[in-house]
Amino acid sequence: MSTRTVLHQADITRALTRIAHEILESNRGPDGLVLLGIPSRGVPLAERIAALIERVAGSVVPVGQLDVTMYRDDLSRHPTRTPRPTSIPAGGIDGRTVVLVDDVLFSGRSIRAALDAIGDIGRPAAVRLAILVDRGHRELPIRPDFVGKNLPSARSERVNVSVSEVDGIDEVSIRAEAD
Amino acid sequence: MRHLLDTRTLSREHAIRILDVAEDMADTQEREVKKLPTLRGRTIVNLFFEDSTRTRISFEAAAKRLSADLINFSAKGSSVSKGESLQDTAQTLEAMGADAVVVRHGASGAPRTLASSGWIDAGVVNAGDGTHEHPTQALLDAFTMRRRRYGADSRGRDLAGHRVTIVGDVLHSRVARSNVWLLDALGAEVTLVAPPTLVPQDVTRWPAKIVFDLDEAIADGPEALMMLRIQTERMTGSFFPNEREYARLWGLDPVRFRALPADTIVMHPGPMNRGLEICAEAADSTRATVLEQVANGVSVRMAVLYLLLAGEHAGSDDKEIR
Repeated sequence: MSTRTVLHQADITRALTRIAHEILESNRGPDGLVLLGIPSRGVPLAERIAALIERVAGSVVPVGQLDVTMYRDDLSRHPTRTPRPTSIPAGGIDGRTVVLVDDVLFSGRSIRAALDAIGDIGRPAAVRLAILVDRGHRELPIRPDFVGKNLPSARSERVNVSVSEVDGIDEVSIRAEAD
Repeated sequence: MRHLLDTRTLSREHAIRILDVAEDMADTQEREVKKLPTLRGRTIVNLFFEDSTRTRISFEAAAKRLSADLINFSAKGSSVSKGESLQDTAQTLEAMGADAVVVRHGASGAPRTLASSGWIDAGVVNAGDGTHEHPTQALLDAFTMRRRRYGADSRGRDLAGHRVTIVGDVLHSRVARSNVWLLDALGAEVTLVAPPTLVPQDVTRWPAKIVFDLDEAIADGPEALMMLRIQTERMTGSFFPNEREYARLWGLDPVRFRALPADTIVMHPGPMNRGLEICAEAADSTRATVLEQVANGVSVRMAVLYLLLAGEHAGSDDKEIR
């Protein structure tokens, strides 16, 4: 079993800064944006992107968190997951451009669940997807709009994202399973 | 979680987990679309051998909000009145594809028998058995107290130091029993107030203080005062001379209600006997949590059904091969 670090703190900061700029560019400014992080690591990433957007564009972007546990299609295949709270910014998401933020994009099933969850909360004008690491192996027709890093990986490998708010360190590592 | 049979064996961590999931469920009930797809394709049977409206409807609402299919079975007018045994009834329901059975039974221990006999594979939720336990009621009471105390900051917290006084027919009350065990696990201090004839024999071993004088208990200024219903259907002996005497000595009348500290909440599991154990002034005040308890009951039961049914099922492997 070997672990290899693929992104360090500076790389992550650069990737998030670029994502923030790309979001502003594609949205033609910060108006109507809402960032929703998917727990757990997506939430601090969404907050950082919002802070970077604020620094560049000078206006505050609402940030919330969206738990997708109750919408997953693989609940019966794993031990019971404990849901996390969902918090939607006061203005809601109707008519806004929602940017979903998550750490790793893999099968795409979490994002499918997130789209269902959003549908139960409101009707945004558009939903975009920002991802720190895209490791491939999609099982659904879902693609990210903003990617920090494309990381080709084997299915058996584990991609691990650490963020300082949760894990005390900023790092993306990849680990080959011993089997 | 495989079954929910009682609160006596529920640990603090386990109880807090259920309450925290219930917080998430309560959040979803404030949305425009209250229905979640989580338990789609699962079948839940409400197996009620005793009359109940509130608990049955509450479980029904919980199951439906989680998109499970629900079958209501009440013993009255069913094959049970023709003499069918609990075993045969339960096995019949499982043959129809029940994944969980919510059972209320007049005999204490019936849900445990159902869960441990090997008759059925489905998860069992105790919705009240005899004078034994009513765990989801205690969980929703604790949930209500925690929310009133901590508001949006409730997650992960217990009820350490919370003083709860439970008044009424403790002898016949499964609600009181479940509350005593759960509140003790959560660190609360429980005082029971009852006529001496309505105190169980083994009560000295309970983690609760016994008082016979309601005014004394009210003077202590508890954080929560829970009035139990006088269960006339279980009053087979002469436990007190008449209802007026009970109301005068152990009922929450307007004078006692005004003597309570301003932040004490008044709880009642319902249905209320107004004028007997609780006066209208108390029942209709903003400090009464009766309707909150009903709303919270749905969230707590959603949490229990979620934890029971959403994860991988221990017996599911051989089922899939079939």
